[in-house]
Amino acid sequence: MSKYTEDDLREELKTKEYEYGFYTDIESDTFPNGLNEAVVKAISIKKEEPEWMTEWRLESFRIWQQMTEPEWANVKYKKPDFQAISYYSAPNKKPKYNSLDEVDPELLETFNKLGISLDEQKQLAGVAMDVVVDSVSVATTFKKTLAEQGIIFMSISEAIKEHPELVKKYIGTVVPQKDNFYAALNSAVFSDGSFCYIPKGVKCPMELSTYFRINQAGTGQFERTLVIADEGSYVSYLEGCTAPSRDENQLHAAVVELIALEDAEIKYSTVQNWFPGDAKGKGGVFNFVTKRGLCEKNAKISWTQVETGSAITWKYPSCVLKGDNSVGEFYSIAVTNNYQQADTGTKMIHLGKNTKSTIISKGISAGKSQNSYRGLVQINSRADNARNFSQCDSLLMGNECGAHTFPYIEAKNKSAKIEHEATTSKIGEDQIFYCNQRGIDTEKAIALIVNGFSKEVLNKLPMEFAVEAQKLLEISLEGSVG
Amino acid sequence: MDLKEKLLSSFMIFEDKVDADTYVHNVRNDAIKTFEEKGFPTKKEEAWKYTSLNKILKEDYSVFPKQENALEYRDVKKYFIHDIDTYKIVFIDGKYSSHLSQTTHEGMDVCLMSAAFSKPKYRLVIENYFNKAAGKDGLSSLNTAFSSEGAYIFIPKNKLVEKPIQIIHLSTGNESALMLQPRNLIVIGENSYVQIIERHQSLTDNPVLTNSVTEIFTKKRAIVDYYKIQNDNLNASLIDNTFIKQQQESIASMHTFSFGGNLTRNNLNFYQEGERIDSTLKGVTIIGDKQHVDHNTLVHHLEPNCESHQDYKGIFSDSSTGVFNGKVIVEKEAQKTNAFQANNNILVNDRATINTKPQLEIFADDVKCSHGCTIGQLDENALFYLRTRGIPEKEAKALLMYAFSNNVLSSVKIAELKQRITKIIANKLGVSIGFDL
Repeated sequence: MSKYTEDDLREELKTKEYEYGFYTDIESDTFPNGLNEAVVKAISIKKEEPEWMTEWRLESFRIWQQMTEPEWANVKYKKPDFQAISYYSAPNKKPKYNSLDEVDPELLETFNKLGISLDEQKQLAGVAMDVVVDSVSVATTFKKTLAEQGIIFMSISEAIKEHPELVKKYIGTVVPQKDNFYAALNSAVFSDGSFCYIPKGVKCPMELSTYFRINQAGTGQFERTLVIADEGSYVSYLEGCTAPSRDENQLHAAVVELIALEDAEIKYSTVQNWFPGDAKGKGGVFNFVTKRGLCEKNAKISWTQVETGSAITWKYPSCVLKGDNSVGEFYSIAVTNNYQQADTGTKMIHLGKNTKSTIISKGISAGKSQNSYRGLVQINSRADNARNFSQCDSLLMGNECGAHTFPYIEAKNKSAKIEHEATTSKIGEDQIFYCNQRGIDTEKAIALIVNGFSKEVLNKLPMEFAVEAQKLLEISLEGSVG
Repeated sequence: MDLKEKLLSSFMIFEDKVDADTYVHNVRNDAIKTFEEKGFPTKKEEAWKYTSLNKILKEDYSVFPKQENALEYRDVKKYFIHDIDTYKIVFIDGKYSSHLSQTTHEGMDVCLMSAAFSKPKYRLVIENYFNKAAGKDGLSSLNTAFSSEGAYIFIPKNKLVEKPIQIIHLSTGNESALMLQPRNLIVIGENSYVQIIERHQSLTDNPVLTNSVTEIFTKKRAIVDYYKIQNDNLNASLIDNTFIKQQQESIASMHTFSFGGNLTRNNLNFYQEGERIDSTLKGVTIIGDKQHVDHNTLVHHLEPNCESHQDYKGIFSDSSTGVFNGKVIVEKEAQKTNAFQANNNILVNDRATINTKPQLEIFADDVKCSHGCTIGQLDENALFYLRTRGIPEKEAKALLMYAFSNNVLSSVKIAELKQRITKIIANKLGVSIGFDL
């Protein structure tokens, strides 16, 4: 391996196929393609929702009809035909099991391929899993332990039925229906997702986590996640995704809303590894996500993301720092390869006094991919002593990819302190030479450098996830990360 | 009738008046079509997100000044850098003023666009350079359509121009509201060197809108130092469009000093079309009241081994607004590019606003590109230190602000100009201490 060069790496990256590409054949209860008011109503009825929810969906649908797709992002793709997508699909034999033995073996096989068998997960450091296969919650574990603390962790469809007052109070308050095109679409047709409520003063004893997976050909997946941390509570929430290899583009438009009330803290971590398309840029998931958190007084929201998959990523986890002394954080690694395009970043809206935000973004582009950071830091005129630090670094591998930075900084308060810095570079030959000199071969050297480059963000991930994130970086940049 | 319609209908009259050189005639006709299509930019366009022209476009501007106005030198002397010998090209209300100017044809041409358009001996230069760098956006096209007057500077090979050239636009305000569209063409030959100072000054309280286009071509190893002084009164607005095309090993630097004016928009574009080129873009902005200054820069790296340096400093008080939108594009071919961008701002007042967007678009891997951007306040400790040394608060603040912008000032190569600018800064900060530190 001593002659392993960057060219070899590039070659390997080009030919590296998606490892987790498989397709599980579970009979699905799938709606015919197309979207209209009747379909929206049918989804709502199918999910046995109360009338206010149906109305809310219809209202969203009407708003969506008035809107046009945004075009400002630095990505190029063939727009999906929204009438050629089926808006509902649920595993047929809706299982409600008490033990794993009753679970459809084929489904279990899926989990095994991914190396996340429920047994294993149950034992793993007390992680509760709310597994979503194609939109409907199949299994929820550790529910009892959580319930003892008064923590509500369930699928959002269940929550609508069991805790309508909470859902009704908070849904759409952080991401309004008319926020953007995809948020409106999601509000109209969201299939399922997770709901989490941490009561006053409770520190959630374990990392909450969900696995999302797109499984049915031609099915768009529209999750809706709502996390509410009541006064003085703490929760760490994990979200991770892999998707089977599919030829046609799959649309994914999720909405995540976080609400951190006074003195609460939410840590939200994502590992995203949906099918990025093959080496020729064919197929792949379109990932148009709206994620936003609201911080009340002294609250803190921290977003950490590792983005390695999807053909198109359009994602800006944001923080609205409404309360005084609130804190927003954003840590991101975005890796693009082959023909992937990512336009990702964050928005930090400083409204309260003494609010602080930190942005650390690391972009790695290889192959023919395009990787953009787009961020907004806005200091309102009443946000005295607001503080922001932003750093976005890009690493380029090969001369056919691109790295772009679009930071928007708007300050209206004289006591604001904002620092922004960005660098773009490739792996230095001198760095590799130095490693070679010390007896580290080039492959390991590249691994070392990329690892060091992303360390700041990887360190922010919870332990269980950091392992997985490393694994995903390995798949995306095979041979370069140890 | 809104301004756009007025301009479109005036174009017919205008085109009849100027004698029809076929090349320029065609360019103007194409340009007016582009303007008709694109119109004035609105806030919906990404590049104009933070700057609205609506207010200044509402005035009823007269597009052609009715008469020639004369001014006495002693009345306008203070707007000139008068303590050194310079070439001068002076315009009053858009018309050339021969008795204030000092032009030359000896070994080079420092004269007028109107002459260059009409005389056959300039024809080749016009056909090769006119409108070859300018953009095809609405405002540049509008200027192209109405281009008739401005500075024409042609420096041949191996020529060191020993004195700076001043381009000064004065407006008298004999019209109620005036729109000016000066057009400058500057070609600097191989191994030549020139310094240019440009200034727009309104002498009236009537609104003036200047939509200026300057095209600069630097040949092999040519060097140009260009200084723009923007210290107009509060009724004057300026949209400055500058396009610089550089050939290999040439060095171009642009210093923009924005202290005055109602709305000032600087569209500064550098195109690096050869290897080992160096481009410098620097600016100091100190504004207050309801002033609005927008720096929109582009450096397009097309060839390998080039460098670009950007350094913009801004101090904003009262209800002023500062915008910085810097864009660096590094094309795939432009390996070994070093591109640096810095934008530092001080907000003095809560009503002041800063919007900044330093953008990098990079398609080559072997590059070093960075940008830094800060918004902050004066260092309390430094201020305290100065005050313990007996320096009053106001002066101490001014000293710190001066130090803040000194990075830009220190690279001004004309000593008299530097003095002049430090004086303007002192004036702007309301202190009377000399800054010859």
